[in-house]
Amino acid sequence: MKRVVEGSQAVAEAVRLARVGVISAYPITPQTHIVEFLSEYCANGSLKARFMRVESEHSALAALIGTASTGVRAFTATSGQGLALMHELLHWTSGARLPIVMAEVNRALAPGWNIWVDQTDSLAQRDTGWIQLYCENGQEVLDTVLQAYRLGELVNLPVMVVLDAFFLSHTYEPVDVPEQETVDSFLPPYEPKFQLDPKDPCAFGSLVTPNIYMEMRHSIAQAMDDALRCFPYIEDEFEKIFDRRYGTVEALYCDDADIILVTTGTITSTSRQVVNELRAEGEKVGLMKLKLFRPFPVHHVRSVLISAKKIAVIDRNFSFGAGGIFAQEIRAALCNEPGHPPVYGYIAGIGGRDVTTDVIGEIYRRTKNSEAPEAESIWMGLQEV
Amino acid sequence: MKKGPFDMGQIDIAWCPGCGNFGILTALKGALTELGVRPEKLVIASGIGQAAKTPHYVRTNVFNGLHGRAVPAATAIKAANPGLTVIAEGGDGDMYGEGGNHFIHAIRRNPDITVIVHNNMVYALTKGQASPTSSIGFKTPVQVRGVTEEPFNAIAVSVALNASFVARAFAGDHDQTKDIIKKAVSHRGFALVEILQPCVSFNKVNTYQWFKENTAYHEASYDPSDRFAAFKRATEAEKMLLGIFYVNPDKPCFEDTLPPYYKETTPLFKRRIDGEKLFGLIDSRRRV
Repeated sequence: MKRVVEGSQAVAEAVRLARVGVISAYPITPQTHIVEFLSEYCANGSLKARFMRVESEHSALAALIGTASTGVRAFTATSGQGLALMHELLHWTSGARLPIVMAEVNRALAPGWNIWVDQTDSLAQRDTGWIQLYCENGQEVLDTVLQAYRLGELVNLPVMVVLDAFFLSHTYEPVDVPEQETVDSFLPPYEPKFQLDPKDPCAFGSLVTPNIYMEMRHSIAQAMDDALRCFPYIEDEFEKIFDRRYGTVEALYCDDADIILVTTGTITSTSRQVVNELRAEGEKVGLMKLKLFRPFPVHHVRSVLISAKKIAVIDRNFSFGAGGIFAQEIRAALCNEPGHPPVYGYIAGIGGRDVTTDVIGEIYRRTKNSEAPEAESIWMGLQEV
Repeated sequence: MKKGPFDMGQIDIAWCPGCGNFGILTALKGALTELGVRPEKLVIASGIGQAAKTPHYVRTNVFNGLHGRAVPAATAIKAANPGLTVIAEGGDGDMYGEGGNHFIHAIRRNPDITVIVHNNMVYALTKGQASPTSSIGFKTPVQVRGVTEEPFNAIAVSVALNASFVARAFAGDHDQTKDIIKKAVSHRGFALVEILQPCVSFNKVNTYQWFKENTAYHEASYDPSDRFAAFKRATEAEKMLLGIFYVNPDKPCFEDTLPPYYKETTPLFKRRIDGEKLFGLIDSRRRV
């Protein structure tokens, strides 16, 4: 049934429909609404889950590591500083192969204090072994949380479902909230491959010596490869039931495009409008939306981008001393292909600044009008200070 | 009104009308003024929360850091420059929740800092979830059926850990609060001032009226050097008691135990490194 819900509520509805067993989270703007909705569902019985109140984000994830180790479906949500505080346990979750799902509301990191959208918080966690899926709108948020449980539980890795602060978390949109039975047909009850069980005692988290640690790490790498390979099959099943699919990447007008814009999150929606307008003016422009970031869909990215003349990546994030993070990854994906197009890296919307159709239009024109990138990273709309 | 040394002039204050923080801000500035503390010789460290915004509204040096992490920053500021008056200020969530571990270990370390904790028994910055000091049964949009955990009793914990100065005040009592802050800042060693404070927007239980009815001051004859009596009063009293619970002036301060201050009191930042002496020391330990 279509309902007008906030992005945060789309997350909460999906968590309810996924029949999650334990939720633990700590309030932080702009994630708080997610846990407030979930608390309400737990209290009114529409979600038969336990809500664990804790004293910090670090404790929230620690609690879920305990939960998931006993073979229970677990969920948390956080943002910005909260995710940074979880860092140690993010590595633990993937190392312990626990398919916990987290909603991560992109928020800028301090100092200076800023509660608005910026992707650097989640991208800084790219090496923690979490699958990362970026969302564009409320419907995609709901759908992706459901897919995240299927994917994570299949390969035994945790999944971060990432959404923009305020532009998505606090925006109301019509969202198709499916019936429980429909979701049940897509997402069966969690059957853990291993768990703490008094009938079958075992020990987790012991010392691992050099003669086996490397193989354990390799098995996580393989699980990431499996996730990349299996995601389309999970989407096939999802599409059969819900008639929607997203792809690891989505290519719009890319086949004959001279210039392809690469976007993530809500900037994609604005870019769709810009690209449609430019196409109407006869411009050969395409748009590639990146949804799956870890594992990075190298082959999909390469096949979409390789025949274009120029690539323009919009990063709402920055790795100091290196550049926009999506641009770096895309350069790396293309670098072994002979004659690959140059990658223009644009930094926009940092710390919640609006990325308007004008900004995106300017990015297109600058890319079109320059022979080669002016710099590794081009900061859009910087003011004189 | 005459502008005091800590007044900022015309500024936007991001608190709700009627917030208990206003009373605490006034009492704090009054206490510092009466003590003759100079703004340039004061640092207020804070974390995250409505209470942690307080130093933004005081004309002095401010360090606004991470959620829960004001106390370690304050401890280190004092260690680097013992000539400063150092205050760490925040709310119950900031200091007792995310910062709970720092709170406990700072008491053990005993730096000469004052820790002011605004206790409104709710997370107000994130708009009304239970905090570590919320009462059992307190309902919020997250704790829909009410809080089930025992509230954190910071006074009892501090006395149990033999903190060197432990007091509680009420934001509605300006004069007493100011007096308690003055004594805490003047005290040498870790001083806790927990200030009970209504949150007019998100705590409809612990109101001004509630605090008036559920608090009482220690009688004048109460002896704050008696640790067991203090603990008993922190845990068993029918009403939440106000005033100074416990003072132990005999504990050495953290700064005094640091080797750089054994021989001289010059703050670290004013010292020049004697390179020759340092390299001489390194060379003297070399083994060929």
